[in-house]
Amino acid sequence: MRYLPLNDADRRAMLATIGAASTDDFYVDVPPSAQLKTKIAGLPDHQGELAVERHMTKLAAKNRSASSGPFFVGAGAYKHHVPATVDMIIQRSEFLTTYTPYQPEIAQGTLQTLFEFQTQVAALTAMDVANASMYDGSTACAEAAVMAARVTKRTKIILSGGVHPHYAAATRLLCEAQGLTVVQLPVAIDGEGELAKAVDAETACVIGQSPNVFGTLTDLTGVAKSAHEKGALLVSVFTEVVSLGLVTPPGEMDADIAAGEGQSIGNGLNFGGPYVGLFAAREKLVRQMPGRLCGQTVDADGKRGFVLTLSTREQHIRRDKATSNICTNSGLCALAFTAHMTLLGGRGLKNLAELNHEAACELAHALGALKGVEILTPRFFNEFCFRTPVDAEAVLAMLDEAGVVGGVRASRLFPGGHMGDVIIAAATECTTTDDIAAYVAALKEII
Amino acid sequence: MSTETKSRPVESEVAPAQEIETVSGSRGLLQHEGLLFEIGTPETTGVDLPAPRGLKSRLGGVTRAVQTGLPGLSEPQAVRHYIRLSQRNYAIDLGFFPLGSCTMKHNPRLNEKIARLPGFSDIHPLQPQATVQGALELIDELATWLKTLTGMPAVAMSPKAGAHGELCGMLAIRQALVARGEGETRKRVLVPVSAHGTNPATAVQCGFVIDEIKADARGRVDMDELRSKLQHTDDIAGIMLTNPNTCGLFETDIKNIADLIHAAGGYFYCDGANFNAIVGRVRPGDLGIDAMHINLHKTFSTPHGGGGPGSGPTVFSEALAPYAPVPFVIKDEDGFYRLVEQTEGVARDSFGRMVAFHGQMGMFVRALTYMLSHGADGLKQVAEDAVLNANYIQARLKSVMTPAFDGFCMHEALFSDAFTADGIETIDIAKALIDEGYHPMTMYFPLVVHGAMLIEPTETESKAELDRFCDALTSIARRAAQGDQTLKGAPYLAPLRRLDETRAARKPVLKWTPPVNAGIAAD
Repeated sequence: MRYLPLNDADRRAMLATIGAASTDDFYVDVPPSAQLKTKIAGLPDHQGELAVERHMTKLAAKNRSASSGPFFVGAGAYKHHVPATVDMIIQRSEFLTTYTPYQPEIAQGTLQTLFEFQTQVAALTAMDVANASMYDGSTACAEAAVMAARVTKRTKIILSGGVHPHYAAATRLLCEAQGLTVVQLPVAIDGEGELAKAVDAETACVIGQSPNVFGTLTDLTGVAKSAHEKGALLVSVFTEVVSLGLVTPPGEMDADIAAGEGQSIGNGLNFGGPYVGLFAAREKLVRQMPGRLCGQTVDADGKRGFVLTLSTREQHIRRDKATSNICTNSGLCALAFTAHMTLLGGRGLKNLAELNHEAACELAHALGALKGVEILTPRFFNEFCFRTPVDAEAVLAMLDEAGVVGGVRASRLFPGGHMGDVIIAAATECTTTDDIAAYVAALKEII
Repeated sequence: MSTETKSRPVESEVAPAQEIETVSGSRGLLQHEGLLFEIGTPETTGVDLPAPRGLKSRLGGVTRAVQTGLPGLSEPQAVRHYIRLSQRNYAIDLGFFPLGSCTMKHNPRLNEKIARLPGFSDIHPLQPQATVQGALELIDELATWLKTLTGMPAVAMSPKAGAHGELCGMLAIRQALVARGEGETRKRVLVPVSAHGTNPATAVQCGFVIDEIKADARGRVDMDELRSKLQHTDDIAGIMLTNPNTCGLFETDIKNIADLIHAAGGYFYCDGANFNAIVGRVRPGDLGIDAMHINLHKTFSTPHGGGGPGSGPTVFSEALAPYAPVPFVIKDEDGFYRLVEQTEGVARDSFGRMVAFHGQMGMFVRALTYMLSHGADGLKQVAEDAVLNANYIQARLKSVMTPAFDGFCMHEALFSDAFTADGIETIDIAKALIDEGYHPMTMYFPLVVHGAMLIEPTETESKAELDRFCDALTSIARRAAQGDQTLKGAPYLAPLRRLDETRAARKPVLKWTPPVNAGIAAD
């Protein structure tokens, strides 16, 4: 057993020092009926690296990776290129195998990168302050809603019809558990602006998304104005952080809280996790924020250093009065984000965003030229939806047979609705002209 | 090679190391490194991207007005920036990390290698399910391991971390109460004072009210107080109890507690943070619990990563299983693995969806790789060695420090600060450990022990490493008992001295801003 340094001689010597006959002595408080003296049945015994690797490789081989062919799936997670340097950095032992930086004297590496992460996220979202990460975009959205209720001391949360349905579900769950009322506007491809009409004097916040789950871009400035007039907050959500290199960020639309998914920068698809939630807010709301915050200070010699701060918001100090129960968050994914963002720089991010947008424009142009295909998203970044003349599930299955993973059917996200013929498709810098040609050729055959 | 003894400086000219100032700010291997924002420029980039072609925009005018201005670094600069910062971190790969309640065990590199296979790392959560059968099979296989090891019939895989698993368990309890028509009346959750802060925070997040229970003189739940709290039962939702508990002790009366809670009409949530002490030796399902989260980043060796990502699958009893969240994986009769994503059909009673997608797949791969490596036999040895190591530390230190409770411990040894001289505090001992090359133990937790010091070695430390640690801590403890005031200034040998946390919180600086007199300084 290669992970266990003790040998039997060590164990005997240690038991003698302790004054115990065997390790059974340590388990005397366990009720006898719950004591297992032999190993648990039904599970295999230990195996060497080779055997384990063989088993896992077989499982991996049953999956089709995004890089293995034309791939257009988005809707909350995106296929981007991550520089090799990023993965090297996050595999450094000193980052990979350390803990939450509770001992700042020996955790300045993690703390300084968190400070850089917070600065980058604040700049990207054009907000005043950002925290040190959440689990993912959906939980960031849910935490934003309950934070808005705390700030405004109101109980009504209004979600647009374009918020990613998983984000909406996570938000509804947490809010309703806390006794808040959640109003969901009807599902709409281009309906974020409806939030302005829905807000009333009981509203804690309105939650809008741009680009939304259908890819639609919306300037939420008018929504913010209506919300503020009624004393409510605007929570501005995004699932594709690369968009912020090009499109209007939450802060420029007067959002009070920005919540989104950071996976696209630095993090792979990983079948849905781990990802990194981004959370930013106006400065005056900082003491109501959830999650860890890293702040600058000095040490006993006056040297600059960083610490986790404002922890009187947090569960380990405030217990039942905490702003959130979050403890472990997405530290290493935040590091990946920061390292990739550092390699990109502001100029690189803008360039990357432009490539994404152009790939989507090229795809939309090519698909839209097919007879029977209708592009439904009026303004988009790197993702849009379109109507097919045939059932979307059947189309995607046939595309798959042709080697093209063509997107997400809207009915998977909105079952029981009227979206059986709608496909959401994304293109990124990884999408080639050949990929698009393959998509068009295959779709032409099907419809 | 000859030795030029004549040219060496005479001894009186040698200054103590701490007093040497360098021009560069570096100190030997420890390189000086500023903030990214001080060394990069917005025009620098470390990636080569093709230029845009200038296609007609379809952004519809929803465009960014002010650029981010974020600096970039070339690849060599970026590599040095992060490697230099990395050298200011303590890590398990560097040394012993005895952080109680955190289970800082060795993170096998095989796990990292497997998690990076494109068949796991490069698949999208919304790909057609036929193209991800291996991923769904893996989730199902891991679920089988977790159910078997805990003796529980169901498991929710989607929670993102331990506290998220707690949320999952408490939401299931809430849903079960709602289904019984008692969602509005049963709001009281019993939580021991010794609980992790996440427990009361989670219960409140779910709309429950906390009722705290004291510990008894043995560090366990005070059964008299528990019974008195259960005199009125019609408002009881349940109990949240860590077992083994945060004092490093097995709750002797756990089955009795479960019976009392069930008789009161409540449910038993067990915080599984300390599962490492009993994995393969005790199945929580045999103790009468209804829900428990498992920190894959503790017991099953997925790396802590400086604060995540974690993963907190949550197991359920028959009573709570119907209320578990979506999504989950089921295997159809034809062998097809299918994701149940909506609250209908087999998931009609589910409390809903907690999170986008299907959970921390990257952590699932690592945890299953670890489980297969250890096997059923190895995992039992894991628990026994972890508990043996903790008891060895307790035995070696009990003559110089004050054990919080009598008798053997489980996976962690807990001491109070009773042995220290006036003026010397737990934090001074913790910081002195840094100078000896160790990460401090958990300090001031659990709250039920004064100046608590909680030491969890895990099973992946050798006897020699434990002996070195105990020698160092023995020496520090003796100095603490003698009132050695130099401890107050520790650490002396870390990259930084103690940091001013009060100042950080009083006027928070949470991001870098350009110096206001930058223009003047540049002149």
